[in-house]
Amino acid sequence: MLRDEDRIFTNLYGQEDSGLAGARKRGDWQNTKTLLEMGRDGIIQAIKDSGLRGRGGAGFGAGLKWSFMPKEVGAKPHYLVVNADESEPGTCKDRDIMRNDPHKLLEGCLIAGFAMAAHACYIYIRGEFIREAERLQAAIDEAYEAGLIGKNACKSGWDFDIYLHRGAGAYICGEETGLLESLEGKKGQPRLKPPFPANAGLYGCPTTVNNVETIAVAPEILRRGPEWFAGIGRENNTGTKLFCISGHVNEPCLVEEAMGISLRDLIETHAGGVRGGWDNLLAVIPGGSSVPVLPKSICDTVLMDFDSLKEVKSGLGTAAVIVMDKSTDIVKAIARLAKFYMHESCGQCTPCREGTGWMWRVMERLVKGEAQINEIDMLEEVTYEVEGHTICALGDAAAWPIQGLIRHFRPELERRIHERQVGGDTEAA
Amino acid sequence: MPKMMINGQEVEVEAGITVLQACEQVGIEIPRFCYHERLSIAGNCRMCLVEMERSPKPVASCAMPVAEGMVIHTNTPMVEKARKGVMEFLLINHPLDCPICDQGGECDLQDQAMTYGFDRSRFAENKRAVEDKELGPLVKTIMTRCIHCTRCIRFAEEIAGVSVLGATGRGEHMEIDTYVEQTVNTEVSGNLVDLCPVGALTSKPYAFTARSWELRKTESIDVLDAVGSAIRVDSRDREVMRVLPRLNEDVNEEWINDKTRHACDGLRRQRLDQPYIRRKGKLEPASWNEAFAAIAAKLKGLSGERIAAIAGDLADCESMLALKDLMAGLGSPHLDCRQNGAAVDPGQPASYRFNTTIAGIEAADACLLIGTNPRWEAALVNTRLRKRHRMGGFQVAAIGPAIDLTYPVENLGDSPKVLEALVAGRHPFAEALKKASQPMLILGEGALAREDGPAILGLAHKLAEATGMVGEKWNGFNVLALAASRVGGLDLGFAPAKGGRDVSAILEGAGKGEIEAVYLLGADEIDMGRLGKAFVIYQGHHGDAGANRADVILPGATYTEKSATYVNLEGRVQRTNLAVFPPGDAREDWAILRALSAVLDKQLPYDSLTQLRERLAGANPVFATEDVVEGAPWGKFGGSGAVKDAPFVYPIANFYMTDPISRVSPTMAACTEAFVLPARGKTGTDG
Repeated sequence: MLRDEDRIFTNLYGQEDSGLAGARKRGDWQNTKTLLEMGRDGIIQAIKDSGLRGRGGAGFGAGLKWSFMPKEVGAKPHYLVVNADESEPGTCKDRDIMRNDPHKLLEGCLIAGFAMAAHACYIYIRGEFIREAERLQAAIDEAYEAGLIGKNACKSGWDFDIYLHRGAGAYICGEETGLLESLEGKKGQPRLKPPFPANAGLYGCPTTVNNVETIAVAPEILRRGPEWFAGIGRENNTGTKLFCISGHVNEPCLVEEAMGISLRDLIETHAGGVRGGWDNLLAVIPGGSSVPVLPKSICDTVLMDFDSLKEVKSGLGTAAVIVMDKSTDIVKAIARLAKFYMHESCGQCTPCREGTGWMWRVMERLVKGEAQINEIDMLEEVTYEVEGHTICALGDAAAWPIQGLIRHFRPELERRIHERQVGGDTEAA
Repeated sequence: MPKMMINGQEVEVEAGITVLQACEQVGIEIPRFCYHERLSIAGNCRMCLVEMERSPKPVASCAMPVAEGMVIHTNTPMVEKARKGVMEFLLINHPLDCPICDQGGECDLQDQAMTYGFDRSRFAENKRAVEDKELGPLVKTIMTRCIHCTRCIRFAEEIAGVSVLGATGRGEHMEIDTYVEQTVNTEVSGNLVDLCPVGALTSKPYAFTARSWELRKTESIDVLDAVGSAIRVDSRDREVMRVLPRLNEDVNEEWINDKTRHACDGLRRQRLDQPYIRRKGKLEPASWNEAFAAIAAKLKGLSGERIAAIAGDLADCESMLALKDLMAGLGSPHLDCRQNGAAVDPGQPASYRFNTTIAGIEAADACLLIGTNPRWEAALVNTRLRKRHRMGGFQVAAIGPAIDLTYPVENLGDSPKVLEALVAGRHPFAEALKKASQPMLILGEGALAREDGPAILGLAHKLAEATGMVGEKWNGFNVLALAASRVGGLDLGFAPAKGGRDVSAILEGAGKGEIEAVYLLGADEIDMGRLGKAFVIYQGHHGDAGANRADVILPGATYTEKSATYVNLEGRVQRTNLAVFPPGDAREDWAILRALSAVLDKQLPYDSLTQLRERLAGANPVFATEDVVEGAPWGKFGGSGAVKDAPFVYPIANFYMTDPISRVSPTMAACTEAFVLPARGKTGTDG
């Protein structure tokens, strides 16, 4: 259990003022200038020491990522881009940060931007987040007015501008290079890597793209010291994390918890337990729709962090815990996710464009058992033909839920096919 | 030079190339669809995946730059699985209608499916169908076949310079389309068909006419403009079915323009397939002997002073030399190959050639266009200018009416007076030219065909010298010849001999009766009304203006029907090859002249093409070379005097109809209707 004093997001539920005055009361913008005086290398080292891993899903070391930016600013300016295109099904953490604690994000932008020698930061916010965008824009205006950002931000001597850009509603624009394309005004399609954004990102300039949560926790880490953050959670999986618990629980919620909390604890302590009790649990998708589903047997013991979930062939992703009790049609649930990925595939590269539609269509038939037994193997093969062969990770994200389903629920798939065949035979007779 | 391992073989490759190129250098073929060496890298087909050590996933070799110590495998199970998977995905929604597809037999997808495809489909769902798009009269679309490689989009954007193609929709609903419902209005749209690796974009005029394996392929060159693009003529029986580009890095790279490609259906229309003689005002069919006799009856005893010859735009060097020799035999000094009267100096090759060379454009850093629209006068010179523009640091300015050349051009005005100001250093762009390390100018023939043409040539000469365009290693002075015959004709001296008349003087003489007989070697673009009562011999292949005016018609061969020499605008000697035989009684042009010379008792001293070519090389050593450009010496040329204020007018009013072949081509007529006429109908308020 995370102690209350260790919480970073103290206004997650919007009970207090989300404006600048409220934020200041909660400690934001307190000694930002002192933090900046740590210098670029000092900040990056502190973030590295804290063990903060990217909160957007892939879990790449944040300090390491920042350190990839060129040490000296050359002919091209550096940019910080904040990925606020939160669209992963089941995920609702960045939304509440921007809604209720926007100044945490803004202060983080200044610190991260300074650390990577960027004078400009673009926050790419999901188009559907209308109120959130309003709230965030209001916070940006407040910060400009108070001299916290803009020319000579926080009197640090560093000029720093923050621009809010609203997306137009595509999941793929949450992929970092797809986001950059979209930000440049092009069709949101991921770019080939290399070159990585740190070398050639926005408008071909060195750019770092970070998730809202990653940026928002940075000031607090610096303020309290990296050891504090590193002291929470397990090795290599440190700090606190926002968990979004939805589905068949009694009290769906968003909660900040220590990394490495057990899934069962998380659900029972914060979400009021599984509807109908723990034994009524069928499966959990632990990290947003992209990661493989886990059956109850694994959920009983698994810990919620990057490495523990990777061990059970799933992932922490965005830490969006989707709980499904025994009333769930698991095949239909996964089929729905397959449809989502088909709909959101950008269509650029072959395996994803063609594969997502194929997988969804087979899944739809599997829901009703309208398939041959060997088509389960074929479907699994197709998922492996998509996985790892695409430009971005959407292909993997489309393949993993189905792989998880086949790995853990094959008997269910086979049962439906058999029943359909037997039923069909009776009808024929 | 990074060292890397490819399939266990250590290789040292150039830095900056991609893994795919490195593999090709060691002879390992990597399958691909979206990758094209002249287009930007898309990396979207995923067919070129290879295994790279220390990478958990296979990498797209077309996009991965080589690096020191890289270890690549192209023959592992991981690679095989990736390729087979991608191929399966490409085929699941592909209609597999190869038997009715024009791409069949020359389809990348078909070929690669033979290697990487399964023998049966596992895809049990319904296939996707996509609505076809309307891209104009040249490109036919069957969009269900599209594999979304985006080569067409990139070509339009990058090479052609028109942003009309793009992808709309996403996921499996992604479609290639024009924005919005436009035709693809570019002179090089036919290349889209070549680039399309499947049968989604095919040639509309060629649709369902032949299968690729039925065609006889003849390597040749194009003569419908002065660029001399390398082409392949595909023929079946006695018919040219289509024209495709061939690679020539120095000239057309691998593109050709739409006239080169699609005017070939004009080759079998309105052909002159037998001699004619005008009797009582009417042209009547005749035999070769009758036609020769009629000519002999007129010319024998006629003073050479009263005979003249004009070579047309498509005339080949052999026949021009034969005609020149014949005219010399007849004692006539009146001959000219500049139908439009361009005031170039026949004695100074540098005054009529594109001295920078087409490939040389890539080394220039500033360019001035004078009274020329390269987009229509030499479409592939224009694509090269655009290519140079895309490399960056290239300043282009133009004197002439403002037009869209597909790259930014600073318009300095449309009057020759601007040129005067530039020469006098009174114009800021003169500074830009001076500052440039390798500046160039392109002088259009249209600017030289004016009354003040000699003065304009003189001004351009002065400007070239004043801005340091001509040096030991660089010659930035260029004349953009309009016709395939022009440079060759001038090189072999098909120009007024001492005391001879040029084209306008010939016409004037004919009108006054001083010239009694005019020999037109495929000359159709002169004003026939000015020929007066002269006896006109027309030798050519199409029933165009010249044949209409002629008293005797001698049917010749088109460029696809003879082995003939042409010199392109750079001064590059190239040869066409016979793909099909001339129709009916039509003959190769030099042979007609050789036969006629015997009848006229002025027998030419060569009996074979080989002998004639030896004579050509004797006339000018350039004809002993092939496919090379030797720099022309710089000299003094051009006239002086004042230029007029009248604005420049571009000489080509319709790109698609410039010669007897394209004027009768139904496809070119369709293009005219689709692209040229609507633009003409535009008023000032039409945006």
